[in-house]
Amino acid sequence: MLTVSGLKRLHISVSFDLQDGECVALQGPSGVGKTLLLRSIADLDPNEGTVKLDGTLREAVPAPVWRKRVTYVAAEPGWWSDSVQEHFTGWDDALPLVTRLGLPGNCGPWPIQRLSSGERQRLGLVRALMLRSRVLLLDEPTSALDSASAAAVECLIAERISDGTSVIWSTHDDAQARRVGSRVFVMSAAGAIEENRL
Amino acid sequence: MNYIHLTYSDLILPALLVVMDGALSIVLRLRLERQLAIATLRMVLQLILVGYVLTFLFAAVSPLWTALAAFIMFLFASREIVARQKRRLPSIWGYGLGAACMLLAAGTVTMFALLTQLRPDPWYHPRYALPLLGMILGNTMTGISLGLDVLTNSLVRERAAVEACLALGGTRYQALLPIMRDALRSGFMPIINSMAAVGLVSLPGMMTGQILAGVEPVDAVKYQLLIMFLIAGGTGLGTLAAVVGGARLLIDNRHRLRLDRVST
Repeated sequence: MLTVSGLKRLHISVSFDLQDGECVALQGPSGVGKTLLLRSIADLDPNEGTVKLDGTLREAVPAPVWRKRVTYVAAEPGWWSDSVQEHFTGWDDALPLVTRLGLPGNCGPWPIQRLSSGERQRLGLVRALMLRSRVLLLDEPTSALDSASAAAVECLIAERISDGTSVIWSTHDDAQARRVGSRVFVMSAAGAIEENRL
Repeated sequence: MNYIHLTYSDLILPALLVVMDGALSIVLRLRLERQLAIATLRMVLQLILVGYVLTFLFAAVSPLWTALAAFIMFLFASREIVARQKRRLPSIWGYGLGAACMLLAAGTVTMFALLTQLRPDPWYHPRYALPLLGMILGNTMTGISLGLDVLTNSLVRERAAVEACLALGGTRYQALLPIMRDALRSGFMPIINSMAAVGLVSLPGMMTGQILAGVEPVDAVKYQLLIMFLIAGGTGLGTLAAVVGGARLLIDNRHRLRLDRVST
């Protein structure tokens, strides 16, 4: 279970629990701080408060280990090498997920510049899924996708959730929030979250 | 040694070349005439002043005065490193890092040359220590400032890539290694280019100065080779220290990219 208690970052101040195998949809107007919240849970920005995974304090484990367990996936993923497969430790292992999300199996040697924003978004998601994290912090993971690709992503994440992965899914799509989340957190401009149980 | 003595009046005619540059700037509307005038004035005053200071220091041969002169040179070099950055580290860290790297690189290399190769008597003799330190500082400063500049600019530009690596559980060293390599390459480039071109494209100032002062070219070349080796060593040490130190300042203990520590 992920426990977030008194997490503060700039104007944000939140507390909540996330059960194993639970998906919470995170909504709110643009610029309200959804990305900041997800990044703070992953400890990518300086923040205050207590965040625990199964009772273990975030600070008790090295940050890289924490982020392999609690993984933030950006809406626009970054790329540090030239080709697609250089961003995966085991490209062959990633291929089933890559093809399942509608990408061609031969895209490994493709240069990153050749990819569309939708292809980048799906490959960024696959890259994170390969870690088999306990918690996924998905920042608008289908914002650049058509409806068929978005459905494929929802289906894949649903499987991970049923396997016990916890997910916080940031989205501007009300229907998607209701589809993927068992609860919806609505973030206000004041940086607080209001919970709507579905 | 036999050499042709110059008087200040001998410099009037060559100085007209700078006036020609100023005229060109006015005619071509380059708007460089003010900068050119200030730079020329500064150069003349600084060099005349340093001439008298060095004359005093060479006569005094005092460890205290020599150390003070070296300290002032370090201060100006540190300030210059910060001034050359497009995006700067917070003032105390920027100056501190620059000064520490200069001290480590130029200080170590100068001491090495004084104690092992040149061995003047006394070892801190300002006639050897200060010109040597000045040349090494000037070149090391270029490497350090280039390395830091590429590091901070690349981190801002490649923020998404660095944070993607960190978000996937990469360590700060894994995330920063490509950028650190680029920064180190940039820092090394001037001395590599300089070593490759020396003798063919350019005759270095120090060697030319020695030859004009009557030193045999072959002896002047030996001095120049020594200086080039020292500069290469100092640049390597200084750039490495600056890039590693800068990277360490810009990623905290929780492996978080801290671009809030960079000002533009």
